[in-house]
Amino acid sequence: MDGLHDLGGKQGFGRVKYPSAPHNENWRPLVRALHAFAIESHIYNMDEFRHAIERMTPRHYISAPYFERHLTAIATLLIEKGIATREELESLVDGEFPLSGPLGPGRLPFAPQSFAIGETVRVKNEFVSGHVRVPAYVRGKTGTIVHVSTPTPFPDAAGHNMQAEMEPTYDVRFRASDLWPDTSDEALNHVAVFQSYLEKVEGA
Amino acid sequence: MTDTKREAPASLEKRAAALEIVLRRKADMPKNFVAEFTEHADDAWITANGAQMVARAWTDPEYRARMLVDGTAAARELGFEFPEHHRNLVVLENTPTVHNVIVCTLCSCTAYTIIGAAPDWYKDLDYRARVVRESRTVLREMGLDLPATTEIRVWDTTADTRYMVLPMQPPATTGWPVQKLATIVTQDSMIGVTRLEQVKG
Repeated sequence: MDGLHDLGGKQGFGRVKYPSAPHNENWRPLVRALHAFAIESHIYNMDEFRHAIERMTPRHYISAPYFERHLTAIATLLIEKGIATREELESLVDGEFPLSGPLGPGRLPFAPQSFAIGETVRVKNEFVSGHVRVPAYVRGKTGTIVHVSTPTPFPDAAGHNMQAEMEPTYDVRFRASDLWPDTSDEALNHVAVFQSYLEKVEGA
Repeated sequence: MTDTKREAPASLEKRAAALEIVLRRKADMPKNFVAEFTEHADDAWITANGAQMVARAWTDPEYRARMLVDGTAAARELGFEFPEHHRNLVVLENTPTVHNVIVCTLCSCTAYTIIGAAPDWYKDLDYRARVVRESRTVLREMGLDLPATTEIRVWDTTADTRYMVLPMQPPATTGWPVQKLATIVTQDSMIGVTRLEQVKG
């Protein structure tokens, strides 16, 4: 989905707060552990979790610390999975418990294709309303495959708890000057792209 | 959830505690799960793991070659573990003229069992938005001023593949034993926002 989480190349941001200040907030490791339990117990999978974060309202997403985004996704998924109700959570905290927006339909992977290291490929120019792991900055762009991974779950299906074949991902190399002509530092940008998101380039 | 009706949300501490209660009551989460998980994560998933891999690669050319072909196998060889969804570890070799840097623009993925939990700055929206497009500028702002001739390679962690940078060994540390070498390898150097060449012997 075209959410605020898709930050790569967005302009107007400032200096990175580096190095990080130490913190002593006990709720953070607690949230990390609760998420680990939910994953271990197969209450939800990693793609459902990431998508639940993406479904936070833009205003909430941009203002929430990292582990508040996790906390919001866990709460949303516990309700969607029937483990808790909104009223129950609000009663436990004695106040408002902000949640993510509703879940829409997912989609299945495309028919398998095969690509080789060194091959020139194009990222499909697709606009997907559900979970998708293509950053907008490579949509429709052409690059070269430099590495092939072992198969992993197709996120657009897994993020919606749909069963799907696993498929390989490809590390694709782009030139920054092709992604953002005249408005980027020169670099080689690599993005891990699922097979279904790629198409062959004629004559390449 | 509309803006006009918005009340102040309950505190993060309260919200986290509520989720813990729900998971204990309705998903059979053991009482000691949080303490045991946290202890394991803090003890086992540490920067020293990746540092050991780097130090071994600096001193053992055959391990280095294996690591660059299959980072996952090279990590397992030293006894390190991965969560189920980290199916591939790719090791990126810095050279005098190539510099690698890692990001996750869509969330904040890292090989946390190998290089340790991601630092806050890595999860910063500013880092996620900018390092892909303004790599040289961002690295300079963070204290790494690369020569104009250095090729920058940015890696966006958008799938289940995880990355770590293999930094160059500082010349002043030639001949050091592997355990001593491991002590100079930082998390930032394995993410790629610092280099180690300036480390003194």
